[in-house]
Amino acid sequence: MNTRVNLAGVELKNPVMTASGTFGSGEEYSEFVDLGSLGAVVTKGVANVPWPGNPTPRIAEVYGGMLNAIGLQNPGIDVFVKRDIPFLRQYDTRIIVNVCGKTIEDYLEVVERLSDEPVDLLEINISCPNVKEGGIAFGQDPRAVEAITREVKRHARQPVIMKLSPNVTDITVMAKAAEAGGADVLSLINTLTGMKIDISRQRFALANKTGGLSGPAVKPVAVRMVYQTANAVKLPIIGMGGIATAEDALEFIMAGAAAVSVGTANFYNPRATVEIVEGIEAYMENHGVEDINTLIGCVR
Amino acid sequence: MENRTKHQKVKLAAEVLSQEELAMGVFSMWIDVGEMAGMVRPGQFLSVYTKDPSKLLPRPISISETDPKGGRLRIVYRVAGEGTREFSGYRAGDSVTVMGPLGNGFPLDSKKKAFLIGGGIGIPPLLQLARELECDRQIILGYRDELFMDGEFAPYGPVFVATEDGSAGTRGNVLDAVRENHLEAQIIYACGPVPMLRAIKAYAHEMNMECYLSLEERMACGIGACLACVCKSTEVDGHSHVHNKRICKDGPVFRAEEVEL
Repeated sequence: MNTRVNLAGVELKNPVMTASGTFGSGEEYSEFVDLGSLGAVVTKGVANVPWPGNPTPRIAEVYGGMLNAIGLQNPGIDVFVKRDIPFLRQYDTRIIVNVCGKTIEDYLEVVERLSDEPVDLLEINISCPNVKEGGIAFGQDPRAVEAITREVKRHARQPVIMKLSPNVTDITVMAKAAEAGGADVLSLINTLTGMKIDISRQRFALANKTGGLSGPAVKPVAVRMVYQTANAVKLPIIGMGGIATAEDALEFIMAGAAAVSVGTANFYNPRATVEIVEGIEAYMENHGVEDINTLIGCVR
Repeated sequence: MENRTKHQKVKLAAEVLSQEELAMGVFSMWIDVGEMAGMVRPGQFLSVYTKDPSKLLPRPISISETDPKGGRLRIVYRVAGEGTREFSGYRAGDSVTVMGPLGNGFPLDSKKKAFLIGGGIGIPPLLQLARELECDRQIILGYRDELFMDGEFAPYGPVFVATEDGSAGTRGNVLDAVRENHLEAQIIYACGPVPMLRAIKAYAHEMNMECYLSLEERMACGIGACLACVCKSTEVDGHSHVHNKRICKDGPVFRAEEVEL
């Protein structure tokens, strides 16, 4: 039975990875999960300098999901390179670094700092809904998507994943723009912008007013967008959005995702990732699937 | 304050042993957690999971008492929403999924004469602390109106009560009770609402006292990964190298000077 998948020439032992921002750099979850059993660890977004993030409250629970507006708090690339990369190198897993920035120059500075580091892939976050500059500002305009993709590709040594926002009219337009800019892989979806109001206090539930919706509530939207994107571009896709079980992951794979990321589920089930790896293997066993690659995009 | 060794957190389905309403909307639940009961330090908390799958996130609830020999521990919580309302409906024999113990807890090594100051639902975690401290303990408890748990602290030191409506003890807040009773100490351990903690921090500074505060905030992961439950810290934090300590992992107990409230 083969569970290995390939992303732009990088082989993963299985298609299950973590979603950026839900798993730190793995240290906190290493008490619960053998990181070596995952296809890849995708780190929380890292910028050129430390970012303090947003005021609290930063999260709110909603039906079947949650809103977050963490605001990309991160230690900056210097600490990250010294501390987080050596930590992850202890494990036999692929390292994907999520890169964030306020300007194109910020992104490029991080990308260049990572060029000599033992990192397998870069994921460029042009879809964070919770920061004023950068993030989603780049991800909602196809010309900006193409331009930043091209710039990053010019500076990157590793293959580049562009992480797309669902907060657009037609995600395939952004996917095609990233493809035109030279992206190697696409990942989708980031969170959907949402809002919650605390009626007892007559205030916004989040200090940031809006936040990104994630969790099982967004899954059907994400599956649909993965399917549409898989049919619009030739690039491999990392699918995510509300994946909590192997069954969820398989939906994304059948819709066209070559790999999947587990996000919010980590918060309430620290072992979600490994349980999904095991569940996919069990499904393949039960359904006589020899090679997981035959499931990718099998529903048309 | 982080000195936890690895592989100490356990997630398990615990059996509810008893449930009791101590005051309006304040519930006490003993649960069977086996060996976890022996791993708990005063001031630590549990992630408690609802059975309703539409509510994803665990509720962080402080541990009020632990009984390592009996393999059980006690949480005392206020019904604040639908999740805690569900917990309050559990009866002996039901199961509840919990993860813990989480956070750092109070330091226990000081022999200084102490104030243990609790406000409202910040009172419960002080009970295990009162049991484990070996110093001279004066316990000051603040309530809006209805008292709970005050009698349980009596074996560990004199108990002073303040109520906002004046129905018991000093009319006013916990510091009013300290002043009215002419109490003195060298160290403070406190848990309660932020305005109370802010006042205690200022009091401790003015009196040049050592002071430890237990904070709370909305949490998602409970283990330091999601960065939802940060508080402003005076020092640069060890995780992101900004000024945001994680309440779930770097706390919930902080030295008063360590945090900005």
